[in-house]
Amino acid sequence: MMETLLEVKDLRTYFYISQGELRAVDGLSYTVKKGEFVALVGESACGKSVSALSIMRLIPNPPGIIVGGEIIFDGKDLLKVKEGEMRSIRGNRIAMIFQEPMTSLNPVLTIGRQIAESLELHRGFDKESALEEAVRLLKLVGIPDAERRINQYPYQFSGGMQQRIMISMALSCDPALLIADEPTTSVDVTVQAQLMELINNLRAEFGMAVVLITHNLGVVARHADHVVVMYAGRLMESGPTDAIYSNPRHPYTMGLIASVPRLDLPRDRSLHVIPGLPPDLTQLPRDICAFAPRCQFRDKRCTEARPELEQVGDEHYTACFRHNEIETLVGHESEK
Amino acid sequence: MKNNSYLVEVKDVVKYFPLQFGLLKRKVLNIKAVDKVSFSIKSGETLGLVGESGCGKTTIGRCVLRLYDLTAGKIYFNGEDTTVLEGKRLRQIRRDMQLIFQDPYASLDPRMTVGDIIGEPLLVHNLVKGNEYKEQAKEMMKLVELDSNMSNRYPHEFSGGQRQRIGIARALATRPKFIVCDEPVSALDVSIQAQVIKLLTRLKEELNLTYLFIAHDLSVVRYISDRVAVMYLGKIMEITDSAALYANPLHPYTQALLSAVPIPDPEIDRHRIRILLPGDVPSPLLPPTGCRFHTRCRLAIPKCKEEEPQLRDLGNEHWVACHLA
Repeated sequence: MMETLLEVKDLRTYFYISQGELRAVDGLSYTVKKGEFVALVGESACGKSVSALSIMRLIPNPPGIIVGGEIIFDGKDLLKVKEGEMRSIRGNRIAMIFQEPMTSLNPVLTIGRQIAESLELHRGFDKESALEEAVRLLKLVGIPDAERRINQYPYQFSGGMQQRIMISMALSCDPALLIADEPTTSVDVTVQAQLMELINNLRAEFGMAVVLITHNLGVVARHADHVVVMYAGRLMESGPTDAIYSNPRHPYTMGLIASVPRLDLPRDRSLHVIPGLPPDLTQLPRDICAFAPRCQFRDKRCTEARPELEQVGDEHYTACFRHNEIETLVGHESEK
Repeated sequence: MKNNSYLVEVKDVVKYFPLQFGLLKRKVLNIKAVDKVSFSIKSGETLGLVGESGCGKTTIGRCVLRLYDLTAGKIYFNGEDTTVLEGKRLRQIRRDMQLIFQDPYASLDPRMTVGDIIGEPLLVHNLVKGNEYKEQAKEMMKLVELDSNMSNRYPHEFSGGQRQRIGIARALATRPKFIVCDEPVSALDVSIQAQVIKLLTRLKEELNLTYLFIAHDLSVVRYISDRVAVMYLGKIMEITDSAALYANPLHPYTQALLSAVPIPDPEIDRHRIRILLPGDVPSPLLPPTGCRFHTRCRLAIPKCKEEEPQLRDLGNEHWVACHLA
């Protein structure tokens, strides 16, 4: 049994905007074990990024407030520690990389300077040895000719290389947890494959845990140990990757998986379509299943109460009233 | 028009973008965006064009629509050489070819109502009188499954998927024969992506359209295309019908591209062969000599560096540009 590193319990992050209360994250719970690869999956605006920023306590306030829940990291509730202590955790124990590497890098500083900065701040290197360490880190993430390239500026690197630089900065403090927010969305498939392979190799080498935020179900299938599926700020289903793909127990998960065009299935397979649109989070009633309006299996219960999270297998949870019937329901559907 | 004849023929098309630099901007280097590309699309067919960013796929699309003037080569639309057309005839022919853009947020004027956006092509081409365009715009909205009562609203009131439908309706307004779809679903979420792919497929059947479908996502392209062309650094590497390309890719680049796409099923994905391409795509300013892919190819032999492979038909219209295939 691996040790628990991070435990998110009933996290609720709300934004107070002119249209009213927007519940961006509404009751999210999951755990990350040491060295584990967890994927947070969902479509745009489902709250996956907000939940990650909540862990880092980087929610802009106002308009955002973490109104409830606990984030236990290394036995400490991050929502209760002082800002000073949080600062030493951020970047040091928990590192984060983002979707657009170009907007995360400072365009007027050399790459070497930027990597060295965090080494000097967090790990007490002096200027010279920090640069040496920067070269070592760049080599580690596969940047050729690192000695020369530390003197270059971000624009002189391609998107894939910039993301490698971000990863090297994230690794500089040997974090226990790396949160990667859509790190490969802006790069090509071949570069995506390179970057994901790199992240996964580094995870094994450094024994760090990874929380990957993504909408790409293929990448999740390839790399993740555990999957957390979110919709409209809420947790729909979570479980071991194999179980989620082979035996999904929530209609949203099933629909999501079935709507991805696949290379390995017959081309004339009709693509599943989830009808409708995601709800407006300021209008979504609190006490219904958030997916009910788009769900083909909804019944009376689904719009009268909010389904609780139920255990359906080993570390496998789902928030659906009809999870027991789903398999038979799907059978009927395909017979038709 | 003859059945099964080619609607679009692209012959040895070259498009360079000059890059001026130096004192007085006199030195010129050419960005070789598209370098001697040929293909043709039959009427009613969908040709998928795939490749990584910067491979020239969008440039080709714009050349076909004659939004760019070619550096060299010829493009025939319905048998007519479009590269020499001017004035009235060019405007006429443009009615028959339209474009759907990638970003549904950037391609709609935020200050125009949806009805005006969709109807504008009709006004530009003088196809309607007065306010008739409003009615036609509503028809188009119904066709793409949008509520036609919303024609007086503005783009910001619509979601990404709905905006893409507006873009499609606008492209359909002049009743074109041919549409270039430039990454029409890449900016959308999976569940919405499936909706738009289905819509595009349905419209093609109903209106007998011909598509050039440009995308970087191989699984989406496979779903919608009859034939697929794979581009790398301004060149076509492989072109054949969709089933053959995915079942039996012959170019090492196509093989690597396909293996880089993960399959959303861990059980199956675990047993696939993965080919990881080293490095990045080289600059189109100074593309590698010989085969442009040789710097990243795991199978490259000395010949690849020296001699440029030509597209060869290896049987059943399966064209490959590789010395080793």
